[in-house]
Amino acid sequence: MLETINRYILPQVSSTFAADVDALFTFINVTSVIILLGITVAIFYFSIKYRRKSEDDVTPVIRFNTMLEVTWITIPLILVLIVFAWGFRGYIDMRTPPGNAYEVYVTANSFFWQFTYPNGVQTTDELYVPAGRPVKLIMQSRDVIHSFFVPDFRIKQDVLPGRYTTLWFETLTSGEHVIFCTEYCGTGHSAMDGMVYALEPDEFNAWLNEQKELSERELPLAELGRNLYTSQGCAGCHSLDGSVVIGPTFQGLYGAERQFTDGTSRVADEEYLRESIKYPGRVINVGFNNIMPSYEGQLSDDQITAIIEFIKELE
Amino acid sequence: MAAASKDLKIREFPVEENPTEHYLNAGKGLKSWLFTVDHKRIGLMYLASIILFFFVGGMLALALRIELWEPARTFMDADTYNRVFTLHGAIMVFLFIIPSIPAALGNFFLPMMLGAKDVAFPRLNLLSFWIYSIGALFTLYSIAYGGVDTGWTFYTPYSTSTGTAVISMTLGVFIMGFSSILTGINFIVTIHKMRAPGQTWGKLPLFLWSLYATSIIQVLATPNLAITFLLLILESTLGVGIFDPALGGDPVLYQHFFWFYSHPAVYIMIVPAFGIISEVISTFSKKTIFGYWLIALSSLAIAFIGFLVWGHHMFVSGQSELSTVIFSFLTFFVGIPTGIKILNWIATMYKGSIDLKTPMIYALMFLFLFSIGGFTGIMLGALSVNVHLHDTYYVVAHFHYVMMGGTVFAFLAGIHYWWPKMTGKMYNELWAKIASVILFIGFNVTFLPQFVMGSQGMPRRYYSYIEQFQTLHQTSTVGSWILGVGFIIVGIYLAISLFSKNNRASSNPWGARALEWMTTSPPAHHNFNHTPVVLHNPYDFHKPISEFRLGIDGSDGHHSSEDVSTPKEVGDKV
Ligand code: HEC
Ligand code: HEM
Ligand SMILES: [Cu+2]
Ligand SMILES: [Cu+2]
Repeated sequence: MLETINRYILPQVSSTFAADVDALFTFINVTSVIILLGITVAIFYFSIKYRRKSEDDVTPVIRFNTMLEVTWITIPLILVLIVFAWGFRGYIDMRTPPGNAYEVYVTANSFFWQFTYPNGVQTTDELYVPAGRPVKLIMQSRDVIHSFFVPDFRIKQDVLPGRYTTLWFETLTSGEHVIFCTEYCGTGHSAMDGMVYALEPDEFNAWLNEQKELSERELPLAELGRNLYTSQGCAGCHSLDGSVVIGPTFQGLYGAERQFTDGTSRVADEEYLRESIKYPGRVINVGFNNIMPSYEGQLSDDQITAIIEFIKELE
Repeated sequence: MAAASKDLKIREFPVEENPTEHYLNAGKGLKSWLFTVDHKRIGLMYLASIILFFFVGGMLALALRIELWEPARTFMDADTYNRVFTLHGAIMVFLFIIPSIPAALGNFFLPMMLGAKDVAFPRLNLLSFWIYSIGALFTLYSIAYGGVDTGWTFYTPYSTSTGTAVISMTLGVFIMGFSSILTGINFIVTIHKMRAPGQTWGKLPLFLWSLYATSIIQVLATPNLAITFLLLILESTLGVGIFDPALGGDPVLYQHFFWFYSHPAVYIMIVPAFGIISEVISTFSKKTIFGYWLIALSSLAIAFIGFLVWGHHMFVSGQSELSTVIFSFLTFFVGIPTGIKILNWIATMYKGSIDLKTPMIYALMFLFLFSIGGFTGIMLGALSVNVHLHDTYYVVAHFHYVMMGGTVFAFLAGIHYWWPKMTGKMYNELWAKIASVILFIGFNVTFLPQFVMGSQGMPRRYYSYIEQFQTLHQTSTVGSWILGVGFIIVGIYLAISLFSKNNRASSNPWGARALEWMTTSPPAHHNFNHTPVVLHNPYDFHKPISEFRLGIDGSDGHHSSEDVSTPKEVGDKV
């Protein structure tokens, strides 16, 4: 029966940590329910058995009972020490990545995740890992604090600006698992999700090589721009179909007259687009907030040119 | 105390019923309220403000729950949602729950339970209320100015980079902190210096022990919050690098500072509730409290250990593994004194004469709901499980069980318990019972599904969510409407009770033994026209009630020696 309940209230068991975490979760739940039941029964039983019969009821004077107090201090004490030791052991496992772990660098941005693999391949919001092998994530944020959470793996770690934090896990099988951001980071916090794809090791290697080749191939400028549009997270804030997500849509942007909060306006030409990408805070579009990260130093001039070309072709 | 035994005659002072003169008609007009130094009137003004803010916070909560009806947008955008949950949290924490029991009920009853005429520093008490009001104005200004979207925790570097009104909001909380500190000092001095003759520490009502512990936390912890917010304001206005890594600061340091206050602050929120529960359970069981000293001292133990566990909010923040383990270990020791209290309260009911009046029903509901809050706290203290549950709806459910199921239900118990004393009127018992059941059901329907969502991985502070969680979210939203109906009923019958004619309350409708019941309902302007003398523990129901009404003639017997400001004089200036 516990199995059935757990299947309903917990995510699937997909990492080597999950079973132990779930076991402790179940242990605490069962113990708590038993004690809570005891408390509830006592409350009901006393309320009925000892209900007031007359206003002149006389009650016995019972001020203290050392045996009783000692018992109900000792038993909970033992229980919580068990819980502490159990949780401690599981936690230490989570904090000790094995030496042979496969390493991926993670960069958190408002509001997307970037993953960089050892061979230089980059993905956005999609993390590919080899199944059944320890994977270590070395994480850093480009702006505010975010937190990397995969419920199916029972792992979570805050991602800080200006320093690395790490995390490791090993999946049980191949499969897909959702990633959430669990440190509040602003407008797009709840949209800052992603997917982990655990692939069989040879499948994973094939994927990695394929990506490497793709990234080295000479692409037409606009197509390169389209790739950057997804991999650099622009897609999280800018749509291509006219809808407003967090920033203005790119559809029909080129050549349009833009209105800014400081009362000025300007036609969106190449130079404007370049400045908007490198220094987004200089002018702010009416109706939007100054939350776009600067891509100065992040994108090369050639890459920016590719994105501009892509935006121009959208018309 | 010496005075009592020397030459003054101790005699019984019978209580007048249906007094024609009392604190409510001792002065008329707005000025007689706004500039009063009467602790009872100040308590009532706090009560009114708190109820107002609870209403505002509640409306915001309902708006949040409605927005969560659909996985994507229901009726507001993400930025609005973020502002609304920040305001809901900040209002509920800083404007409602921290001042709720101590400043409203505490102010009203602390001096009365000591047999005193006022708190030790009545003018300071009025000042606290004014400071609180000014702080609240800053908060209102922040809302008008565009709101704040950081969450009530104001984590850096987000809070120093978002363009919203963070500065005025934190300034408001900073100012309100002084109100909290002054009230704390006032209560500590009053309890030390103004106890009735014969009222030794062992005869202090447990509500006062809990206020005493709370006051100590308020005085010690609040300055830390003030400094933290001051640093935050310095950083965002002058660019001094303290928390922002771009300026060479450390964002995790902010979290340490913040929780060093805010964890003890959760005990500011819950310990006074323990006090109410002790009073109510003993009175409605008509029985001596079981384990008086354990209940009294466990409040102090909680206050002390509460200072050592702040890091349990930061297990995955990037703090060192060693500190994480130590904080987890210490956290479990807060659970023990709390457990002791619950079991002692239940033991008090054993062989009692239990009368299930509304306050008692709320107290019993408190026992159930607060236990759930406690058990889920143990769950969150367990390290490996915490990693999974941190910042999910599990935490949201946990703190609502503690703060709402715990403190708010205890507050309701207290309001119903002392309503006849405060107003001199009796509310409709049947409607009160109906409302309590509705609130209990509504509360569980709202927050129980959140434990499930959280366990499944639903993060908190999410404007949109994946479809898998929709049923649970909708159940929770329906629950919030039931809660809303419950509170409306409470508001209506309490309001009616004020204006009805044939429901005057007697001086001691519950047959309680503590001193506040040994004067008229509503109390006289100076609480007592004599100096009460205490012989027994306030829970000695086996002693005849006449022995709890003893006193000596003369109005300022035990006050004159330590003349902090003789309440009589102060009162006369009003
Ligand atoms: C966090 C969300 C976010 C991300 C990520 C983001 N932007 Fe923006 N962007 C905005 C917002 C909001 C505005 C409007 C406010 C302003 O003018 O700065 C904006 C404005 C712009 C503008 C000016 C548009 C106009 O209508 O005038 C351009 C061009 C632009 N972004 C390009 C990009 C590119 C290219 C990327 C990816 C490399 C990107 N943005 C990534 C949020 C974002
Ligand atoms: C009327 C019943 C209530 C409902 C329906 C309700 C609902 C909510 C909701 C939906 C959230 C947002 C959760 C998230 O996304 O993180 C929230 C947060 C919160 N609530 Fe309530 N709430 C209620 C009462 C209370 C009470 C009585 C208190 C305290 C006394 C309280 C304190 C808080 C706090 C501190 C937060 C966190 C805000 C933040 O994350 O910054 N709530 N509540
Ligand atoms: Cu986030
Ligand atoms: Cu805490």
